[in-house]
Amino acid sequence: MSAPSEKKIRVVVAKPGLDGHDRGAKIIARALRDAGMEVIYTGLHQTPEQIVETVIQEDADAIGLSILSGAHMTLIPRVMELLGAQGVDDVVVTVGGTIPGEDVEELKRLGVSEVFTPGASTQEAVEFIRNAVAQRA
Amino acid sequence: MATTPRQTDRERWERERFAATPERDALFSTISGEAIEPLYTERDLPEDPEDAIGLPGEYPYTRGVYPSMYRGRLWTMRQFAGFGTAQETNRRFKYLLEHGQTGLSTAFDMPSLMGHDSDHPRSLGEVGREGVAVDTVEDMQALFDGIPLDKVSVSMTINAPAAIMLAFYVVAAERQGVAPEQLAGTIQTDILKEYIAQKEWCFPVDPAMRLVGDMIEWCAGQMPRWHPISISGYHIREAGSTAAQELAFTLKDGLTYVEQAVARGLDVDDFAPRLSFFFNAHIDFFEEIAKYRAARRIWARELRQTHGARDERSLLMRFHTQTAGVSLTAQQPLNNVVRTAIEALAGVLGGTQSLHTNSFDEALALPTEQAVRVALRTQQIIAEETGVANTIDPLGGSYFIEALTTRLEERAYEYFAKIDELGGMVDAVKQGFPQREIADAAFRYQQEVESGARRLVGVNAYTEGEDDAMPILRIDPAFEADQVRRVQGVRSQRDGEAAIAALDQLEQAARDPGDNLMPHLLRAARAEVTEGEMIQALQRVFGTYSETPAF
Repeated sequence: MSAPSEKKIRVVVAKPGLDGHDRGAKIIARALRDAGMEVIYTGLHQTPEQIVETVIQEDADAIGLSILSGAHMTLIPRVMELLGAQGVDDVVVTVGGTIPGEDVEELKRLGVSEVFTPGASTQEAVEFIRNAVAQRA
Repeated sequence: MATTPRQTDRERWERERFAATPERDALFSTISGEAIEPLYTERDLPEDPEDAIGLPGEYPYTRGVYPSMYRGRLWTMRQFAGFGTAQETNRRFKYLLEHGQTGLSTAFDMPSLMGHDSDHPRSLGEVGREGVAVDTVEDMQALFDGIPLDKVSVSMTINAPAAIMLAFYVVAAERQGVAPEQLAGTIQTDILKEYIAQKEWCFPVDPAMRLVGDMIEWCAGQMPRWHPISISGYHIREAGSTAAQELAFTLKDGLTYVEQAVARGLDVDDFAPRLSFFFNAHIDFFEEIAKYRAARRIWARELRQTHGARDERSLLMRFHTQTAGVSLTAQQPLNNVVRTAIEALAGVLGGTQSLHTNSFDEALALPTEQAVRVALRTQQIIAEETGVANTIDPLGGSYFIEALTTRLEERAYEYFAKIDELGGMVDAVKQGFPQREIADAAFRYQQEVESGARRLVGVNAYTEGEDDAMPILRIDPAFEADQVRRVQGVRSQRDGEAAIAALDQLEQAARDPGDNLMPHLLRAARAEVTEGEMIQALQRVFGTYSETPAF
């Protein structure tokens, strides 16, 4: 747990696109909250524009994008592009979902810090976000 | 109940014999968290076994809805398929029919499920990804090109825009020379479970329920061989529910549709025989079998006693089963063949009317043809080689199965009571009750897996490090551009005035709750109006829906 004086890590958990599979997003949102982070869950069916706006408004330290629809190679590059265009370069971007290996490499090349695929534990995600945010601070 | 000699004997056995050896360190509960006894005996049977268990094809149908079950006819092997364009999916359908599949099942892409045309900005990157893109009657015709719709039964998994897709289907059949009364199949239409679990919606709950009612009513008069709704627990379970939640929420959804149709003035026996169900087959073998048996018993009782059904066919809970996608692992994916076989066997021993078996690569992507073939062969092996179809309900009378059936039935009634306290299922859904129950169950299960209490082969036990890369199905991005051109082509070539007139009429009809929308949707379909245009016309009257985000 974070010490009371420490600023809480703020994470936006978002569901880009039309995909309604939200079991993973809700589980990860809860796990991040239970680990002492401030979690803003956008809810379903978000456009990249809506997600980036939330990230800016909420002054988030990290984003968790959950996607299982196969549209990740359209929607996530768009999120990265919009973040860049808004000058947001200090936010840790993570992705969770059914992402084939070769797409993982491409997403990382675009600036995604980590991709969690099926079977990853919530603790891995919590640790990753905590460390990555600490490194950027 | 007084202590019987058998009870005393069971207690003596546990004390003197069983307790002599310590139990191994494991979770002796179902995947849903139901505690399981070390042994079940006669004392665990229902109080009046003849009434509660009965005989196949007789009330309360615990042992099966038909007297002959698989001795008369095997279950329908119905593999769900759909990706890319209608032409591409049409090829997969023909492939499945050539390999011995006996019915078709259509998966639609996300834009189609959400009522967006393929050229809508929100469809970008999603066209044909998770299913087939259908924007117009032309797409529906292409999907079933060369497949005689009076011969093959077709299932369509779509909900919020179900009435529109049914209109497309009826018009596509009309153009093959097949009348609505000849069409056999199912369209999912179960909008309540969308708000609960699958989360693909177009309208707020109340107008969405009206659209369901319009369809059920229209089909009751026009499509005697059609199932206008498939009340679905599948997605509820995939969203992380327990078996009891799947059972309870699904049946309560079904009872809610019955109440609504009766409130519209339909006689229960005019539509109840056409209601069908769709359940998950998860990995906890006996719990699943008990779930199906409990579902049949509850449905028959509620339809007869609460809703006054007199036609025996109204009491029969017929269902489709799909093995649990959520149980598949991306790690060591070939192990999924085994999981799917066990789940399929549970569906069969639970008396399913049709079955979809998942492919072993589905935790990674949509399935390849090889994986689909193994999945279909799994059903064929169960049917032809194992002998399980030789006798009806072979597990009936098992102390354990009967006790678990009764337990799940009790759990369902506990949920029914809670939902009634909240004002019924529609109100419970609006208050987020089933949604919260499912999220809580999903989180509990995840914690069990992460603590290692619940062991998953290849995930937290017997792991092997990185798996070799598997060949996966990749959807050609060119599909999207093709489909965008198709829908735009339809819009530019049709009689524009007729299309506008049909849309205006649809919007007017939507304003009058007493007007059944089906004839208006059929007219719009014949005028080549697109799905997205119809949805937008209806949204101008009904509004849209967004969920209050909670976790």
